[in-house]
Amino acid sequence: MRAFVPNYELTTPASLADALALLKREPGVWKPFAGGTDLMVLLEAGKLPHRNYVNIWSLKELRGIEVTDNHITLGALTTYTDVQSHPILQSEFPMLCQAASETGGLAIQNRGTLGGNIVNASPAADSPPALLAYDAEIELVSSDGSRWLPYAGFHTGYKQMLIGPSELLARIRIPRNTRGATHYYRKVGTRKAQAISKVCLAALAKLEHDQIADVRIALGSVAPIVVRCVQTEDALRGRKPDAETVQAACATLSREISPIDDIRSTADYRLQVAKNLLTEFLLTL
Amino acid sequence: MLITFNINNESRTVEVFPMARLLDVLREQLHLTGTKEGCGEGECGACTVILDGQIVNSCLVPVAQVNGSNITTIEGVAQQDQLHVVQQAFIDHGGAQCGICTPGMVLAAVDLLNRNPEPSEADIRNGLAGNLCRCTGYMKIFESVVRAYQK
Repeated sequence: MRAFVPNYELTTPASLADALALLKREPGVWKPFAGGTDLMVLLEAGKLPHRNYVNIWSLKELRGIEVTDNHITLGALTTYTDVQSHPILQSEFPMLCQAASETGGLAIQNRGTLGGNIVNASPAADSPPALLAYDAEIELVSSDGSRWLPYAGFHTGYKQMLIGPSELLARIRIPRNTRGATHYYRKVGTRKAQAISKVCLAALAKLEHDQIADVRIALGSVAPIVVRCVQTEDALRGRKPDAETVQAACATLSREISPIDDIRSTADYRLQVAKNLLTEFLLTL
Repeated sequence: MLITFNINNESRTVEVFPMARLLDVLREQLHLTGTKEGCGEGECGACTVILDGQIVNSCLVPVAQVNGSNITTIEGVAQQDQLHVVQQAFIDHGGAQCGICTPGMVLAAVDLLNRNPEPSEADIRNGLAGNLCRCTGYMKIFESVVRAYQK
């Protein structure tokens, strides 16, 4: 049953300060609304329970990509199209560009934002595995100030996250420390375009003297949140990427993730594919 | 609320609910019924329009977000009596069957050629990936776009 649109409010503040003032004045009453690629689907299905939204799409303060010697910082409203066309992201963070290119089709990529992908908090989101593997940090702002926190740990459970009702996700910052790393991103879905993932793995590693040194692995669609697989990373660090290591890593991974049966896939299939993707990644090293 | 935007090179002001879908405002208030509704959830691309130089699914855009914007719908693609090369190519090479996906396909192809006048085969597939045709006439659509850019 379609929603009755007169029941919904979508107010457009003139500035970020105005938006934050509104969130502070009436905490919990207003929620941010960015590109709409998730919220409008719920609206049309009559499943959008919250009624009052702040339109942040036109806030210039939340746009733009800034590059310094040590970091690249992305405004929360950076779209998937923006991501794919940025030269530093293409050269140093290819998994993020690939995630962006495999999210929906072009019309979705023109509206969907990295910030929205994070706070919508879907365990099947495409960019969070790459952001986790790249050690991203996020900035939350409110009229009281700003705080940076690691993206790892931000999601605490299904659709649960460490953000207050008066806070807005403003920026995402990624350290430029991927030189010499092998990057591996693979999303497994029903078809090449427009599909939601059954399993998605983002991983990178650096070898030193034939041994795995820096290794980071993140998986989507295999737990209530997108997960960084630290135990599997521990099982790999300091070892040669040989058959024995692959076997040990897959065994650890099986204990670390908790895939479920749902409309898109089964727990068994997801676990097997996750192990296959990990194996494929390790064989590229 | 009252919002004003430029549609097919004409400025229009309409009274709307801010969360109304752009798709519904186009069809029901402006009577621009060339834009079709397929799935209503951003999967099929039938409701594609060009918004400030980028294709979007008009079913996923709340109308409050287009205040002050420039929009091109299928009605704005031809210039007076002259069809766009993409439209002519769809006619000449059988790119349309039932026609529901055609406005979205044409706009996605026009946008692709605007950005990339000599697309590769992969570019065309990627440019049309968000548009579904349930008559499954994809090869004729693909060939129409190839012929359009060759002109």
